[in-house]
Amino acid sequence: MNENRRKFLKLTGLAALGAATGKFADVFAKEKLTKISSLNITGKKRTTLVGIDSKKRWAMVIDLKKCLVEEGCTKCIDACHKIHNVPDFENPKDEIKWIWKEPYEQAFLDQENYYQKDNLKDKPVPIFCNHCDNPPCVRVCPTEATWKREDGIVMMDWHRCIGCRYCMAACPYGSRSFNWRDPRPFIKDIDPDFPTRTKGVVEKCTFCDERIAKGQLPACVEACSEKAMVFGDLNDPKSNVRELLKENFSIRRKPELGTNPEIYYLV
Amino acid sequence: MYDSGKIILGLIIFVGLFTSPVWYDLASGKATDKPNLVFPTKEDQKECVNTAEYMREFHMDLLNVWRDEVVRKGVRTYTSNTGKHFEMSLTKTCTGCHSNKAEFCDQCHNYLGVTPYCWNCHVEPHSAEIKQ
Repeated sequence: MNENRRKFLKLTGLAALGAATGKFADVFAKEKLTKISSLNITGKKRTTLVGIDSKKRWAMVIDLKKCLVEEGCTKCIDACHKIHNVPDFENPKDEIKWIWKEPYEQAFLDQENYYQKDNLKDKPVPIFCNHCDNPPCVRVCPTEATWKREDGIVMMDWHRCIGCRYCMAACPYGSRSFNWRDPRPFIKDIDPDFPTRTKGVVEKCTFCDERIAKGQLPACVEACSEKAMVFGDLNDPKSNVRELLKENFSIRRKPELGTNPEIYYLV
Repeated sequence: MYDSGKIILGLIIFVGLFTSPVWYDLASGKATDKPNLVFPTKEDQKECVNTAEYMREFHMDLLNVWRDEVVRKGVRTYTSNTGKHFEMSLTKTCTGCHSNKAEFCDQCHNYLGVTPYCWNCHVEPHSAEIKQ
């Protein structure tokens, strides 16, 4: 190897090393800055900014007698689907539903009595995500896009959903819907305060977590003129839901599966 | 070298063609194009959640943190360095002031050729009005 080539190799090696360290220093500098700044995001007052109240256990009680008073009523469905930008694909195969109605026998498959009370037989029952205590959808989600919050709400993070639809297969209640197409063109009035979803994302009822955070009731509860839907905290023995469950006989959908659904129906 | 004249001429033509987009941009004056941001002017919109310097470089990191705080932890209020409280919301807080996406967000995003997918789901400010 002649002297020239040796020098050249040494020089290029050193130059490459120099360039690499410069780059690394840059990266670390940026990292540091990001970290310092992110401290501001969770500043000192963090403790006062209440997030999820883990002492609560949100649940709902639906009084079917009151619910069935007005025939063909869809107030809860309309209110929910409007504020959450739920698209209407018009094709039942692609249907996106947060709340929907199912005949009593379909909603409660375990109620096998051949002769049902007349006031329940074939009557439409409002159903939606049961916010199970032991949610099978959460167990199967590979990306933690759906999880159970400390207050019992089975939440969805649409940012994380990869559209594998394992949750849809796992949910025994059919509470989850999949966006086969871009939903935007199928939403009549887009509410700018709530995101739409995108193609390839699963969606479902989130118990109006965005309203609960502000101390409001879920939209369906508010929309119901018969006050058939009651939302409250199961952990509080004096809460409205606990009082109702204490005084009335209630059933739940498919309790034998062990998912522990937290939507109670008074029949 | 055989045929050096032809080869060198060929190389010059090749390099010229290969770099033609650069020359085109320089000639048409596009190379000096810079993002032209329109900032909010109203008095109550003067204060941002952080310094302009920080926002310029790290707004995407901030938005990611906001996203996780709101969706996963249920924390919805942000306290800025000046002690002011803001709701952690892209569509309420950010675009509440920066209300024109084309004149603000898109300026730099297009310049840098990045296509953030925020707007696939989050509703653009005033996009509802434009549709009508």
